Amino acid sequence: MKIKLWINEKEFTDDVSPDIALLEWLRSKGFYSIKRGCETSNCGLCTVLLDGKPVLSCSTLAIRANGKYVTTLEGVEKDALEIGGFMADEGSEQCGFCSPGFIMNVIAMKNELTNPTEEEIKKYLVGNLCRCTGYVGQLRAIKNYLKSTKEV
Amino acid sequence: MKVVNKSVRKKDAMSLVTGKPVYTDDITTGSSLIVKLLRSRHAHAIVEEINTERALKLPGIECILTYKDAPQSRFTNAGQSFPEPSPYDRLILDKRLRCVGDPVAIVAGWDEKNIDKALRFIKVKYQVLEPLLDFTKSKDNEVLIHPEEDFKSLVDIGADNNRNLCSSENSEYGDVEEQFKNCTHIIEETYHTQANSQTMMETFRTHTSFDAYGRLNVISSTQVPFHVRRIVSNALEIPKSKIRVIKPRIGGGFGAKQSVVSELYPALVTMKTGKPAKMIYTRKESFTNGSPRHEAQITIRLGSDDDGNIKAIHMYSLWNAGAYGDHGPTTVGLSGHKAMTIYNKVNAFKFDFDVVYSNTMWGGAYRGYGATQGIFALECAVNELATKLNMDPTELRMKNMLTHEQVGNKMPAYYNEVLNSCHLDKCLIKAKEMIDWDNKYPYREVGKDKIRSVGCAVAMQGSGISNVDVGAVEIRLNDDGFYTLMIGATDMGTGCDTILSQMAADILECDLENIVVHGVDTDLSPYDTGSYASSTTYITGMAVVKTCKSMREKILSEGARLLKIPVEKVEFDGKNVFSLEDDKSISLKDIANFSLVGENNYITASESHYSPTSPPPFMAGVVEVEVDKLTGKVDIIDYVAVVDCGTVINPNLSRIQVEGGIMQGIGMALYEDVTHDKKGRLTSSSFLQYKIPSRLDVKDIRVEFESSYEPTGPFGAKSIGEIVINTPSPAIAHAVYNATQVNIRQLPITSEKIVMGMLENKKK
Repeated sequence: MKIKLWINEKEFTDDVSPDIALLEWLRSKGFYSIKRGCETSNCGLCTVLLDGKPVLSCSTLAIRANGKYVTTLEGVEKDALEIGGFMADEGSEQCGFCSPGFIMNVIAMKNELTNPTEEEIKKYLVGNLCRCTGYVGQLRAIKNYLKSTKEV
Repeated sequence: MKVVNKSVRKKDAMSLVTGKPVYTDDITTGSSLIVKLLRSRHAHAIVEEINTERALKLPGIECILTYKDAPQSRFTNAGQSFPEPSPYDRLILDKRLRCVGDPVAIVAGWDEKNIDKALRFIKVKYQVLEPLLDFTKSKDNEVLIHPEEDFKSLVDIGADNNRNLCSSENSEYGDVEEQFKNCTHIIEETYHTQANSQTMMETFRTHTSFDAYGRLNVISSTQVPFHVRRIVSNALEIPKSKIRVIKPRIGGGFGAKQSVVSELYPALVTMKTGKPAKMIYTRKESFTNGSPRHEAQITIRLGSDDDGNIKAIHMYSLWNAGAYGDHGPTTVGLSGHKAMTIYNKVNAFKFDFDVVYSNTMWGGAYRGYGATQGIFALECAVNELATKLNMDPTELRMKNMLTHEQVGNKMPAYYNEVLNSCHLDKCLIKAKEMIDWDNKYPYREVGKDKIRSVGCAVAMQGSGISNVDVGAVEIRLNDDGFYTLMIGATDMGTGCDTILSQMAADILECDLENIVVHGVDTDLSPYDTGSYASSTTYITGMAVVKTCKSMREKILSEGARLLKIPVEKVEFDGKNVFSLEDDKSISLKDIANFSLVGENNYITASESHYSPTSPPPFMAGVVEVEVDKLTGKVDIIDYVAVVDCGTVINPNLSRIQVEGGIMQGIGMALYEDVTHDKKGRLTSSSFLQYKIPSRLDVKDIRVEFESSYEPTGPFGAKSIGEIVINTPSPAIAHAVYNATQVNIRQLPITSEKIVMGMLENKKK
């Protein structure tokens, strides 16, 4: 099936199998930031933005992205460096395997919520699992990040 | 210390957070065969016939390998030093299948859909055998899991395959029975822990190919590259010189990747076809056939006098190896030795264990490595004893456990090692203060049917395996004066590449940026037993210290030669070698550049380190929970941890270790439930059923350090990686008891068990 979409603002056209997941198709195009941690839409590692909204690319068919704008971590390097910097300052990136999906969802959260409380942050990001950090280091990083953006 | 004890960023941090392609599946993106396994549906069966003809005709199928195609030398998958103390009880593909998911055939092809189809097209005739699924019935059962004649163990570990014994041992110090006679209070209970899955976010994965020299290259997500080289050599019956193992960035390990799990199948495919091959475990496979923590049933007798002086401890660990014995004989030892040693004042202790085979998934290494199971059992028993004595459990501990006062004493339960450093008393005092124990213990009613209570536990672990673990390090001085630090220790995300560089930078008195470090490659990196047993900071760290000191000596002598001054008359400040007598000096940059031209001395240094002792880090964990008495729901309000890991090399990275370990421990305590159906099939095989904690499950985790100074460690450091998982289960069980008067002795502590226990109590 023919699809046309934009990845990080660049146009792509392809003839894809109707059952291929967006995750696999994006990785096959070289967007290796996207990771798979499960096959059951549980871990959040494969999060990308579809028309600005976070989706799990492991359980989104590539054809569903037809005509839409996909954003991967490669497309938001400035944000990734900024948010990631706060994570690195806490040591809370650790193995880093969940970081791309996590940062994508932090970006989505920042677009969606104004001045979120600690509880709201946790609820928004609850679908992003991490086994290294125990989450509290990530929370410190996100709070520092949000604080820094407020001051600007 | 300018760099050590500072919270510097991890050297690889920014590439990780920007999603750079650095993991196995990212750097092996060329065309390679996809490898999948046909796995057994039966827990116990023999392959009688296997027909692959129809499957092989599918387009893109390159090969299908069965037991007829695999080498016949038995080996172990356990990543341990040779001779491995785990039995050689495996083949890559065996005719006899010992658990659901055991591999029946390897299918390799170019097209995933056809591979999936091929898996369905393979026709297997099984002779289905009676499975032995209850490990408490394994010993001397008629059903034998390993009847094969070529079963062997390289080390005397009490293995007897004709009795389903993977390992067994009895040990006693003092006369336990005699001591129990003098005890006025005795706790005798049995505790049960589950086969927790590590669930590192990156599942098992390996890429194999032949290089230009015709050698088998194995790129794998592993904690033990050098052990992988040996295991691949054993299993494939090829010399080690023909194998190169490379470890890129890895997405977490927690011990799971201390076993060979995904390596051998693509390796066999590459050997047979000559083509590159890649195998990526699904999350489901990682659950069903990974290498989880061993399930354990631990019986404890614990006796004290009226004043709470603990006189004797007797522990019996019954350990479920599952289908294969990887790490079974070694994990079990920690359940006794690392738990009982905490109560070093006892007059007598006894420790017996049996590690038994069954037709369930095999166990492996998981953070804590057996100490976790033993500490859950013993700390629960100690809390139960405190209740019996009507004594504050923290007071009972202060009376009996290792404290700074015992520094210099021998620890009979810990192979007679001498305690060189200990701040466990400070840890417990601090933890109590942080949570306001004296005001909160044991509980407070906070509303209708809601109770808030506190619970405590202490723990110890080791730092490397004494007299076994080895870390070798090389360092090179490059042009312009930067250093390349070559280590064989595996950074699995914890930051060892960074903390070892911090140590090097301190000794060489340079900036951290002046030290270049990278991942492990068995062709290039110096030997290291690997990242496990909490050994990296302590063992490899000490090798870094020795190597960098040696490097300093060489820089001094080369500087002196170039300055034409006797070496006794020069000093090095990290930037220049200078004369102690006049103003002559030469920069490191010049020394480095001169070392690479003309009459030169190329400057490298290499030292290795092992330790005759394995100094224990210590930790006190105190939890505050809220229990809903109607539903039995437990909420973690606050978890406080105070750790003595000696000198903290990087406070931020250490803190994250503690927080992460506690969260894993909380998962083990409350949520992670392993369930099977009647035929032995794992039903909790995805994140839908096997619930690890999310960020909503814990309100707060607070961490402090009470650092002692370990004289045998680098900069006074001990380990941190494993101990941190050990306190949540017993501390939470204790808090739940304090809220409900129900002792849950079988993990996980589910709401159902709590409510049922409360109903039982009402009946009494």
